[in-house]
Amino acid sequence: MEVAGEVLQSGSSQELHVLAVDDSYVDRKVIEKLLKISSCKVTAVESGARALQFLGLDGGKGSLGFNGLKVNLIMTDYSMPGMTGYELLKKIKRSSTFREIPVVIMSSENILTRIDSCLEEGAEEFLVKPVKLSDVKRLTKDCVTRGETEGKDGGRVDKRKLEDDNHTSSSSSIPSSPSTTTSFGCGLATSELPLSPMHSSKRAKLRDRD
Amino acid sequence: MNIVNQLQRQFIDFSTSLHREGFVDDQFTQLQKLQDENSPDFVVEVVSLFFEDCEKLINNMARALEQTQGVDFKQVDASVHQLKGSSSSIGAMRVKNACISFRSFCEAQNREGCLRCLQQVTHEYSLLKNKLQTLFTLEQQILAAGGSIPVVD
Repeated sequence: MEVAGEVLQSGSSQELHVLAVDDSYVDRKVIEKLLKISSCKVTAVESGARALQFLGLDGGKGSLGFNGLKVNLIMTDYSMPGMTGYELLKKIKRSSTFREIPVVIMSSENILTRIDSCLEEGAEEFLVKPVKLSDVKRLTKDCVTRGETEGKDGGRVDKRKLEDDNHTSSSSSIPSSPSTTTSFGCGLATSELPLSPMHSSKRAKLRDRD
Repeated sequence: MNIVNQLQRQFIDFSTSLHREGFVDDQFTQLQKLQDENSPDFVVEVVSLFFEDCEKLINNMARALEQTQGVDFKQVDASVHQLKGSSSSIGAMRVKNACISFRSFCEAQNREGCLRCLQQVTHEYSLLKNKLQTLFTLEQQILAAGGSIPVVD
């Protein structure tokens, strides 16, 4: 269901605002519940186009006045009619305004090439559906931590080579070591490694659901 | 044993059998755990959405398979894929498994096989609907008798 975004009250800066994108009504309802239990504000939309509209990226006349509403995390389904989650991911990562927002892809299909492409395009993580509460809690916790420790400049290493982006800095303001179970936000541990099933710690998070 | 205990016992036994017989899997239990005072009807709501989805998708599949001019298997597969997704999300294991078989027949462009699968999916859906109706009725009876719904892990 599409929730008209609520205006963030001052003092609620701790609460993450998550934009969830899924064409399945059932899945939207479930992810919304998982996020609410994890103390997040949720805006759930049914398509990539709606998501872009909400963010104000659709090039249309307005973004329903929600320009000021900060989105801290985007969780999107991969297979959607019209615009796939992958296409949405690319659009977001190519936007100077929104490229820093972590994007998590969810998919019922555990396909390595798909996972690789998403991670290559800058997805934070690839979750195999059905998404568990523990996944959501971990993601949102990492998001909050990342928000707290991040300095003025994210310092994240971008996996993609953008001509206008030369993140050559190898230091990150997020002090996470490769031995931590999360690679959220700081892609350093994995970004220097080849994206193969053996090495990517993100891959280790995938659980076989089928 | 008072009435509440009796009903709770029935509920536990019935829940256990649903899992044992594969009607629902752990994902359904996860959904039940998400239900709280803020959303006391969460499971019923999600399940209702799922059944609506089922009906719509089953109709789509039936229509697509009826096309005497030539079946668009991609279209059938798209509907099966969606149904597989939502059944997985609510833990409807037998429906999900029926969808998995269905997809291979779509891939093989085997109309007869698809029709058999459609029958299977429809059958599983109606079985599940009955079972969950019974479960929800038991829950209502427990609550009405002043009891609380046991958590069955």
